[in-house]
Amino acid sequence: MYFRPNSLQDALSVLADTRATILAGGTDVFPSLGERPLSGPVLDISGLAEIRGVQFTAEHIVFGARTTWSELLAAPLPRGFDGLKAAAREVGSVQIQNAATIAGNLCNASPAADGIAALLALDAELVLASSNGSRTLPLSEFILGNRKTARRPDELLTSIRVPRRVEDSVSTFLKLGARRYLVISIVMVAANLIVDAGGSIREALICVGSCSAAALRLAELERDLVGRPVQAGLGKFVNAGHLAQLSPIDDIRAAAEYRRDAARTLVERALEACAQKVAAA
Amino acid sequence: MKSETKSDAIAQISLSLNGEIRTVRSDPRSRLSQVLREEFHLVGTKVGCDAGDCGACTVLVNGQPVCSCLTAVGQLDGARIETIEGLRTSSPIFDRLQESFLRSGAAQCGICTPGMLVSSVALLVDNSHPDEAQVMDALGGVLCRCTGYRKIVRAVLEANQPTPAAAPHSGNGPVGQRVARLDGRKKVLGQDVFGADEWPLDSLVLRVVRSPHHRAEFAFGDLEAYRRAHACVHGIFTARDVPGKNCFGVIPQFSDQPVFAEREARFLGEAVAAVVGDSAAIAALDLSQFPVAWKPLPAITQPEEALKPGASAVHASRPDNILVSGRVVSGDVDAALRAADVCVEAEYETGFIEHAYIEPEAGFARRVGDRIEIQACTQAPYNDLKDIAAILGIPESSVRIIPTAVGGGFGSKLDLSLQPFLAVAAWHLRKPVRMVYSRPESIRSTTKRHPSRIFCRAGATSDGKLVAMDFVADFNTGAYASWGPTVAARVPIHASGPYKVPHFRAVTRAIHTHLLPAGAFRGFGVPQGTIAQEQLYDVLAEKIGMDKLEFRWLNALDDESPTVTGQVIGGGVGIRGCFEALRPRWQEARKEAAGYNAASNNSLRRGVGVAGMWYGCGNTSLPNPSTMRVGLKRDGRIALHQGAVDIGQGSATVVTQICAEALGAPLDKFDLLSGDTDITPDCGKTSASRQTFVSGKAAYLAGEQLKKKILKLASACDCAKIHLLDGALVVEEAGKKNSIDLRNLPLDERGYVISAEATFDPATSPLNEAGQGIPYAVYGFGAHLAELEVDTELGTIKVLKITAAHDVGRAINPTLVEGQIEGGAAQGLGMALMEEFFPGKGENLHDYLIPTIGDMPPVESILIEDPSPAGPFGAKGIGEQALIPTAPAILNALYDAAGIRIRKLPATPDKVRAAILAKAAAASGNSHG
Repeated sequence: MYFRPNSLQDALSVLADTRATILAGGTDVFPSLGERPLSGPVLDISGLAEIRGVQFTAEHIVFGARTTWSELLAAPLPRGFDGLKAAAREVGSVQIQNAATIAGNLCNASPAADGIAALLALDAELVLASSNGSRTLPLSEFILGNRKTARRPDELLTSIRVPRRVEDSVSTFLKLGARRYLVISIVMVAANLIVDAGGSIREALICVGSCSAAALRLAELERDLVGRPVQAGLGKFVNAGHLAQLSPIDDIRAAAEYRRDAARTLVERALEACAQKVAAA
Repeated sequence: MKSETKSDAIAQISLSLNGEIRTVRSDPRSRLSQVLREEFHLVGTKVGCDAGDCGACTVLVNGQPVCSCLTAVGQLDGARIETIEGLRTSSPIFDRLQESFLRSGAAQCGICTPGMLVSSVALLVDNSHPDEAQVMDALGGVLCRCTGYRKIVRAVLEANQPTPAAAPHSGNGPVGQRVARLDGRKKVLGQDVFGADEWPLDSLVLRVVRSPHHRAEFAFGDLEAYRRAHACVHGIFTARDVPGKNCFGVIPQFSDQPVFAEREARFLGEAVAAVVGDSAAIAALDLSQFPVAWKPLPAITQPEEALKPGASAVHASRPDNILVSGRVVSGDVDAALRAADVCVEAEYETGFIEHAYIEPEAGFARRVGDRIEIQACTQAPYNDLKDIAAILGIPESSVRIIPTAVGGGFGSKLDLSLQPFLAVAAWHLRKPVRMVYSRPESIRSTTKRHPSRIFCRAGATSDGKLVAMDFVADFNTGAYASWGPTVAARVPIHASGPYKVPHFRAVTRAIHTHLLPAGAFRGFGVPQGTIAQEQLYDVLAEKIGMDKLEFRWLNALDDESPTVTGQVIGGGVGIRGCFEALRPRWQEARKEAAGYNAASNNSLRRGVGVAGMWYGCGNTSLPNPSTMRVGLKRDGRIALHQGAVDIGQGSATVVTQICAEALGAPLDKFDLLSGDTDITPDCGKTSASRQTFVSGKAAYLAGEQLKKKILKLASACDCAKIHLLDGALVVEEAGKKNSIDLRNLPLDERGYVISAEATFDPATSPLNEAGQGIPYAVYGFGAHLAELEVDTELGTIKVLKITAAHDVGRAINPTLVEGQIEGGAAQGLGMALMEEFFPGKGENLHDYLIPTIGDMPPVESILIEDPSPAGPFGAKGIGEQALIPTAPAILNALYDAAGIRIRKLPATPDKVRAAILAKAAAASGNSHG
């Protein structure tokens, strides 16, 4: 069975009736099959025009779930989204960015998903719809672990929204991989600093990916940064305790100890990069 | 009920395919790549991984490049799809790109070329004059394993520029010219036929049941019941069904690998059965339900375990688990090391390395009467023929091997892979049977580069003369022999490097374990040995306090000095010339790096490293013949039976250039016949960097013979010139022209007006017990310089430039030689920095990393032509030579930059960072103590 509805309502009624595999960009669905063909009922959401594109509302900047990374890159967005755009450029390759959707990256919930770290640092929240209505929850509560999310089988992730308070933040995304393109991150760091008129940090959003089952915001560091001036040397403020909540693992890409060490370096560099951006602005 | 209605709504998929509206019959869940190839027979779109990791399957959907392997065809109702077949008729940009790819040598094997071209069209439509970074961003998702990418970047950058005038070349004939590869046009059009690209329409499809354990006993359940329960299954084949010998191997006296394991599987991925049937249903079959019961047994995975007393024998016939040992000894190494002014030692380790050609193994077999025909990708058609005859128990004359274009081989396609399964099934079923390996299956079951553990010591005098080297290497050869004996034999001969080492001892062992067989991979173990030797010589030079390049130059071999096997090569030893060619850049680059480091106030440090290499062309001390046939046809054209399989390196072009030069005829008069064993004589294997040298020499001799015969026919002297016309031949001598009409002349027994066949077998001698003798007639020499930048806080390395000097004797085709150097450098870079395969893990191209277009620095090739007395026009091999010095040059540059030695490869960021931290800790420990 292959469903390709044109309306969200039809799509939700398919999900209410079947446990269909949701197919958006296909860039995670197909690789996950291994050597088997795609089987079972499929809900192809590529016909849903209503959940695609970027909208500005009074409270939020809203991304339709089906927006691809290439579309996000082409959209005019405020500087707070520089980090998200940098992450978008690191998603696989141009071929992948042209097909893969934001929602797919979130629902696949890989610990190494570049988009998740960047959106966590934007304090993003998600709208999930089902035929029984919709609910909103923060991205941090949506990702439950390695490949685990809070999406119920009858729900479709329809939009991702970022509060407008973050839109003018200084923003950076740094990725570390063992080669230049098409590479799964060893560590990645996303940082958004909301700066007040006096040049001090009002709110810091710092997220580290690939160092725990789900990307994590560094709450303690974020707290400690508030009130500090955004200037060169900001990175020196980071200490080992700030990264204590990470729980990196050894895998074929890197050793756990290295991940923790590199995460600290990248967090420091992300903060320095933010300071440089402020100085240049 | 409701959902079924919606399902019906998508029953008809209609899309625009290359400008035509087409209706799709396939299941909407099918991958677009599969629909293009199977339903629409548009096989220009290649499939390399089915996971978005290689980009070979890139097509344009509504003008944007996407991986067709990740797109369900159901998603494309109403969409506009363009494949390479459509672009070549519709896009003027495509024409320019295609010409530029051809001219630049941007296509070698050609399997990635459609993906590269389609991605490039999308870029140039948006941006007609991109810069290098933009080209890399656009092509970063397409992997190439042959070219090292630099010629691809250049081809895209130059596509919209006016065509440059042809470069001047040495000599008048085709030799030395930058001829575009003769098989290049079909490659840039996506028309070349690779293993998966052709199959009889009534073919059945075969899949293999493989061991999920490193070592396991197994027993089949009720196979007949399974077959009956699955209507799509036409046949199931196991060891019982092998009509001849259930055994094959590339070296006859070591043959030990079964087509299907019997009772015990010796590695994870070993075949135990094949299931054959209707295409779509077989593809959907869940083979985990196949009736076989596994009993895992304790597996040996490390050579140390295999060598322990009482360790179980992988093969009963080899109770100590040692497949073979190698040994070269000259002088008294222990005494010389004791007497040496300076002595250093170290241990080095490398892991399994995957060939990662973008074309997985593929082909089909069919029975024709009492003969079997196999069309598949291979590097060794006649080897395949002999083994298949034995497996089926039929005469060799009853086997026909039709080699397809090869989408990269690098040594692994020397061994049989899917051919025996196809042959056994087609033989029994009397129907054509086809198969394409999945990427995981290819990685899981085919040979790899041998993991190595090497201990070496070297000594020198205080004024920098090498006096002795002691080298001990153990190789993990896996469960079956494959090319293990060759690695064990070749490494000790080369372990000295291209240097004079009066006292020398090298001892090697190939040791069995329960892992997949290690086999041939570009260099037969010599790259591993060179990683140890060239790093150790660096340490030695530093300890003496000598410039590292000058140390190598001082000790370099020359024409008259004996090698470690006692061979005096006598001519064409160009290694000193290679170091001399690198000297100016070496000095400049070191100065630049030192200046950069002195000024750097951050964590980046630069360094420069050098490494040398030598490599014997052809089989080690074994007969190694190639036979080339050439014929004059009645239409005045020349047929060349060219059996030197072109796996992308360019042998078809080089061999023809040599033959044309010898014959004195232009290249465009040549028609190439393939390596089909029914029509073309044996040119041996495409391995050991032997095709330019050995098959090239055979082509030279055949061309020369044909010329003599033609001149004899015209009663002309040797200095006469031959002109080939349409149906006629004109022989010009002292201003007089003698025309001969060919159209009515009788044909010889080979079907030509005149023909010639020549065999060349280079002169070598067996090595004695101490490894002394003449293992090779010709050696290639080279040295690489690597410049890099290391981020000392993250351990990441960016290689900035590689300068490569190679003595190739004579560059028959400089563009193709550079292509080998750049591609070899890319594989060497991967080996140094990122590549290691862990059996049972990461059997894909996102866990197993090879360099992308963004990882390759510019490569400057310097070609030295110190002619070999034996090679055609002085030419030597270059295929393997090009890879060998890159990794040690990079590792030496890393030491220069950061003061650390990575002795267990690859130098991934975590290992580099750990070494930097350890060095800092040791330094602070010293300062406190």
